[in-house]
Amino acid sequence: MFGIRVSAGLKAAAVITATLALGACASNKTDQAGAGGAGGLYGAGASTPGSAQDFVVNVGDRVFFETDSTDLTSTAVATLNKQAVWLQRYPHYTFLIEGHADERGTREYNYALGARRAQTVYDYLVSRGVTSNRIRVVSYGKERPVAVCNDISCWSQNRRAVTVLDRPAGS
Amino acid sequence: MAASFDVIPSCETVSTGRASAAAGAGTPLPAALPAGQSVIKRLATMKMKFLLSRIAAALLAMLPVGLTIPAARAEISITLNSATFAPLPIAVVDFSGDPEVAAGITEVITANLRRIGYFAPLDPSTFIEKSVNFDAVPDFASWQSINAQGLVTGRAVRESGGRIRVEFRLWDVFAGQQLAGQQFYTDPVNWRRIGHIISDAVLTRVTGLKGMFDTRVVFVDETGSKENRRKRLAVMDQDGGNLRYLTRGEELVVSPRFSPVSQEVAFMSQRLNERTRVQLLNIETGQREVVGSFPDMTSSPQFAPDGQRVVLSLQQGGNANIYAINLRSRTTTRVTSTNAIDTSPSFSPDGSRVVFESDRGGGPQIYVMGADGSGQQRVSFGEGRYSQPVWSPRGDYIAFTRQRGGQFAIGIMKPDGSGERILTEGFHNESPTWAPNGQFIMFFSDPGGQGGGRLYMVDVTGRVRTQIPTPSYASDPAWSPLLSDLR
Repeated sequence: MFGIRVSAGLKAAAVITATLALGACASNKTDQAGAGGAGGLYGAGASTPGSAQDFVVNVGDRVFFETDSTDLTSTAVATLNKQAVWLQRYPHYTFLIEGHADERGTREYNYALGARRAQTVYDYLVSRGVTSNRIRVVSYGKERPVAVCNDISCWSQNRRAVTVLDRPAGS
Repeated sequence: MAASFDVIPSCETVSTGRASAAAGAGTPLPAALPAGQSVIKRLATMKMKFLLSRIAAALLAMLPVGLTIPAARAEISITLNSATFAPLPIAVVDFSGDPEVAAGITEVITANLRRIGYFAPLDPSTFIEKSVNFDAVPDFASWQSINAQGLVTGRAVRESGGRIRVEFRLWDVFAGQQLAGQQFYTDPVNWRRIGHIISDAVLTRVTGLKGMFDTRVVFVDETGSKENRRKRLAVMDQDGGNLRYLTRGEELVVSPRFSPVSQEVAFMSQRLNERTRVQLLNIETGQREVVGSFPDMTSSPQFAPDGQRVVLSLQQGGNANIYAINLRSRTTTRVTSTNAIDTSPSFSPDGSRVVFESDRGGGPQIYVMGADGSGQQRVSFGEGRYSQPVWSPRGDYIAFTRQRGGQFAIGIMKPDGSGERILTEGFHNESPTWAPNGQFIMFFSDPGGQGGGRLYMVDVTGRVRTQIPTPSYASDPAWSPLLSDLR
């Protein structure tokens, strides 16, 4: 599922966020640990319940935002609800929330915008019962896009907050 | 024939420079540079260190040669804001002397003058006088006949001890008059800098503008795919020469800013999975330090004009506020306090005010306040999103990036928000930075897709837009002060 290049077909996707939530439009580069959210630790193998791969594939590790917005869409809320349940079921994971902005903004503002998106997800997960001391947040601004091209289907994939599980201690 | 080529810093009244054609032609001038009259002042030798080292050590001696003919009315000049603006035709004759440096200096001067669009260096193949005796008065008639308004002559001679002596003269061809002449002694490795200093002398004499060529630019060099970009800080002469890398690319680096008083750069760096931090880098010694000790990510630094303070944006949950750090006492002061994103602060040249961007009213707009945070007032009211305000060193304008209708423009406005003018617009233009003379703005422009940005400069009239050569993709330029103004 990962490693699929962004194709013309993707641009036709009517409901981009929904598609993305299924992971179908994952990046054309997913092997950067952390940065894209789907790191190498999720590599090959069955999605064993409770594994990082299980989280990415069956729960969804990312939510998307409208342009210049930090509000959670209903799709995002649904994803985060599943994340909260899963994260409470497997409490040994600590994790990082990455906030990202698309490239259609200026550098300094986008850093703050990414941070605000990460904070929104943090606040929501905590409100759903996830303990705050398991969570770190970081912004990458517009510096780490997962999709690169000149149209809105790409930009919408980059406006995201990604929940990246830390590798369990000892593994 | 007395074509007036008025060039003036925009906004100023035009003094109609009039070349009184007949006047000076043929007037006998004293042989240039009578040895006895040369008063050579040695400037303090700058420290030779790391990067800027030898070039900084460059300027050993320069002296205004007192050779000008008694003041004439006729002087070449240029009027930039006139509808009839035309670049000044100028002949830069090959410097004589040491072949290793003379040709290079001629090239640097010619390219500098051409790049800013205010001069039109003439093709040397059209010169009637192929070489000019530096110590004699040029044959003005031959330069008039190819309509050269200005004439630059010079030579670079190797002295005993390994130094070179570089001299130049700027002549007003139609007035038959020397306008400027200087002499420099330096290590030959500094030949490019000498070329820049001479370029500044010509620019200042003809336009009245302060210099801009004897400067450097720190920027972010970009390689690799956009999804996995390698970013390195690099420094180069403003024309792209003498490029050196300052970081290795192991971390993300963005938003460098040049200190107004020293060879230091503030920038934001970020390692994977870590928060961003504002750091200082001494580009002579390579020494680095983190600015302030903050619990959360910091970004968007800018120096105060005295170089003793840095303002930056501190992330606090979903909000970002502006803080000031005194680099000596290490004390930190909170400047803004909003439930919004306040970022991109930039001082007025007198240090009394700060311009910044904030989305407290919805989308990002430009605000001005006292340096202590008092009297915060919105100044941009145009349609679109206004970001990255930067106060001109001249104080007369604030440069900004404006997003509107899917286009990114670089523009200027007066500090009260009036007189907005867009200088260049396209798919993605960003990160304006001022030349020390407040006449040019450098920025980067990215056409989108997998490529990347390139550096350009535009003048405040918007008339001149020129690319600055870089080895790879480039972003986030930061223009230094005149190097002679640095410690």
